[in-house]
Parts: sequence; C-alpha cells; structure tokens
Amino acid sequence: MVDQTVSEALAKPAAAAGPGRDFWRGIAVPAALVVIWSAASHLGLVDSRLLVPPERVALVPFLDADGRELWLGITASVLRMLAGFTIGILAGGALGLLMGVSRFAERGIAPSFTAVRQITLFAWIPLLTAWFGNGEAAKIVFIALSAGFPMALNTHQGLRDIPIAFVEVARVLRLSRRRLLTQVLVPSALPAIAIGIEIALINAWIGTVGAEYAMGLGRGVGAFLAEGREQFRMDIVIVGVLTLALVGFVLNTLLRAGVARLMPASGNSRR
Amino acid sequence: MLAETSLDIRTVSKTYQVNDQALDVLRNIDFTVEPGEFVSIVGASGCGKSTLLRLIIGLDTEYHGDILLDGRRIDGPGADRSIVFQEHRLFPWLTVEQNVALGLDASDAPVAIRGQSVAEHIDLVRLAGFEKAYPHQLSGGMAQRAAIARALVNRPKILLLDEPLGALDSLTRAYLQDELLRIWRQQSVTVLMVTHDVEEAVYLSDKIVVMEPRPGRIAGIVPIDLDHQRERAAAGFIAHKERVLHLLNH
Repeated sequence: MVDQTVSEALAKPAAAAGPGRDFWRGIAVPAALVVIWSAASHLGLVDSRLLVPPERVALVPFLDADGRELWLGITASVLRMLAGFTIGILAGGALGLLMGVSRFAERGIAPSFTAVRQITLFAWIPLLTAWFGNGEAAKIVFIALSAGFPMALNTHQGLRDIPIAFVEVARVLRLSRRRLLTQVLVPSALPAIAIGIEIALINAWIGTVGAEYAMGLGRGVGAFLAEGREQFRMDIVIVGVLTLALVGFVLNTLLRAGVARLMPASGNSRR
Repeated sequence: MLAETSLDIRTVSKTYQVNDQALDVLRNIDFTVEPGEFVSIVGASGCGKSTLLRLIIGLDTEYHGDILLDGRRIDGPGADRSIVFQEHRLFPWLTVEQNVALGLDASDAPVAIRGQSVAEHIDLVRLAGFEKAYPHQLSGGMAQRAAIARALVNRPKILLLDEPLGALDSLTRAYLQDELLRIWRQQSVTVLMVTHDVEEAVYLSDKIVVMEPRPGRIAGIVPIDLDHQRERAAAGFIAHKERVLHLLNH
C-alpha cells in the first residue's frame, strides 16, 4: 500500500493488545463442552461408539493408522482450498471491479450475476462434475465459485458506496482514470473488499470440504470424514469435524492479521 | 503575477423538477467578479448560494444564462478554477502531501517541479512538518488548510470557497480568516466565497453579494470600501455590516 512504514508504525499501538480476557472468555465454552462430552461418554450416558471419549479422539490422529491419514488430508485440503480461493478472489474481484467502475458493464452483467447467485452452490456440483469430471479440476472450480461470489459482490458494493463528496473532489481535480482508480475508488472500497476476502475464505473452506465430500476420490479432510462415516468410525468423524473448525479458525485469524497489516492507518480502515 | 481572469455571471437561472413542479433555485443572478477581487455571497440557507458555486466549478452544467470565464462559457471542471468545501474532503487514506499532490494530477507540470510546488503550498498554509500526517491526525483547522493547499497547488485563477470555515470553532475561525487574507494577497488569486456569516464577509471582501431565498435571487450588492486593515469594532465596519443585514432581513 501507500507508505507502508508510516501506516504500520501508526497501526501498532492499537494492535498490541495480545491474548487478554477476551481470549479466556472465548475458550470457556469449548472447554465446558469437552467436560460435558467427557462426562457423558465415561458415565455411559450415551453409547461410547457414537460419542467416543475426548482423550481417545485426541489420540486418533497420532496412533491410529487410519487416523494418521488426517495430516495428508489437511495438507491436500488446504492446498486445494488455496488454489480455488486464489482463483475465486481474483476472478470475483475483477468482476466486482468491472461492475463497480463501469456503468455499462454494471447494466450488462449485474442482473445475470444476481440471478446466478440465487443458485445454491451445491446445485452446481452435477454440472461441474459433468464438465470437469470427478477430479481436481471440478473441485477447484467449485471452490473458486464459492469464494468468487462474495468477493465480486462486496467489491462491487464497496465501489458503489463511495461517498459522493469524494467523487466530486475527483471530478473537480480532474483526476486521470488511473489515478481515480488507484487513489480514490479502490482505497475507498478497501474495507468492503477486505470483508469480501474474509467471507470468500470462509466460503472457500466450506466449499473445499463440501466438494471433497460430494465429489469423492482423492485425499482431503472431506474424504477423511466420508471414509470415517463409511466405516462407522465415530472417532475419526469427530476428529474430522473438529479439524474443519480448527483449520477454518486458523485461516481466518491469519487472514485478519494479514488484512490489518495491509490496511493503511486511516479513519477509513476502522470498521 | 497578477490574476486577470474575470468571472461574469449573466442572468443565470436554474430550475429543479420536484414532483412535476418546477422549483426555481436561482433566478436571474447577475454579477461580475473582477480580477483579483475577494467577493462573498451571503444569504439564508436555501437561497441557492451553494448551487451557484456548483455551477461555477462545473459540477453541474445545466442552467440558463451564461457563466463566463474570460468570455468563455463554463462547461465542466477546469484548471482555472478550484474549490474548498465546508468539509475538508481530504482522502483519509492519503497523507497531507499526497492529498495536495492530487491537485496537480491533471497538470502537465514536470514531476520535479510538482514536488517543489506541493512543498511550497504546504508551506503557504503553514503545514510544514505535517507532510506525512494523515487527515485524521489533524485538527479541523489544519485539515481545512490542507484542503486550501490542494485547491491552490495547481495555481487556479479563481478560488471558490463554500463556507470553508463554517465547521470550525470561533477562535480557529478568526485565525483562518486572517490566513485567508494573507494567502489571497500572497497568491493574488480571485476569490469567490459563500458564507452565512455577515461579519466574516465584511471582514474579508471587496464586495458582498446578498441573496434571498425562494427563489434564490440577488437582494443587493454591497461594495466594501474599507481599507484592508479592518477593525470589527470600527464605525465604518459596523455600518457596512448593518447594510448587509438590512438587505438580508428587509
């Protein structure tokens, strides 16, 4: 961004809080659930084949032969997700930019875009498998679609919501198109674009697992889950579900940190 | 350098269509701003004074009559005019320096001179040392001075001010009035300012255009024939103020 060093220096004081009371409060609910879970399975309140005790679940990814598949699964899923996510935000961002900058493009594309967006993502799967087969390509396209829609939508919205006061200043100063885009439109839309990227990431991760689960074949957390279900290995299923949550959480945290570093320290970036 | 551009506003009228009814915002506005003059427009809200500035700057080009700059009809924004709004309207993601530099974007000045010009104008508004500051780190008065620098950096012939000090506290306001006078003299630019503060108008102007609302029209034009060291308590000053107030409330 513009003048990284200054903006970084100015951003530091606000970001220096670290894990405080909020962190412990956030951990309280999961901790309580683990206690209840443990009690329920050990006291025989539920069938321990359906609800495997937590300590056994925790060991599955390390000790169990099938469970150890998890690590390769996570790697495969994250790589797949990153591929689809990258394609999705680039394509979605470009589409949103086009609709936000050009009235002509907006009138031409926006109605179709809105219509297509009404289709539940999972309804794309039959079409995608018919076009791209059951392999990697179909999954990545599906993930790209999951990420691309919110990205396009937010980028478009952000560009449309630019305060009229700024647009007038740009007109009075007779800014060149390039300057208008880089110095006014995109920075002004940046908070909306950042939210778009965040939603795109969440969607991409959900889409990844959905694609793996629904399109079978190949490695991945979704496939790991499907396998566990087939073999009635609830420990593996539980590990898989927890992994989904954990990976999603880590990805989102990393992204937020990245976005916070990129945002210039201006009134604009506070949301 | 002497400003030689005169601004002729000739029988300008503007009508808005509101619910199929024609609403006169401006009717038969007619006056001239001479080269180098400081002219103020005062009037109650709704008298169309800001609308008139929008026409002159070229943000709105639909009107009847003629607005002529050196005899040429205005048909959009141009390098010969610039404007400072009531809110500073600096871009919050750009530093003072970068904001001011945007004022030169449309100019064909070589890059080397641009940097110098930006520095000079930051100096002119006494913001040296704040080049790298972001707008939210400035006080209201400082931000408004940065906006003035951005408006002047491309050396316009006419500077339009739309209640530029309206959002500031009275101390800052009095200080910036003197600053405006200093900058006006130093740059020998022609100034047309909209304000609702009669005292401010008498303090700064060579001539005051008094407008009245519904429809927006000129109630009278008051030349201020006082020398430029004006005392707000002086009898002549008060007499001029009374004349303007009388036209406003007649």
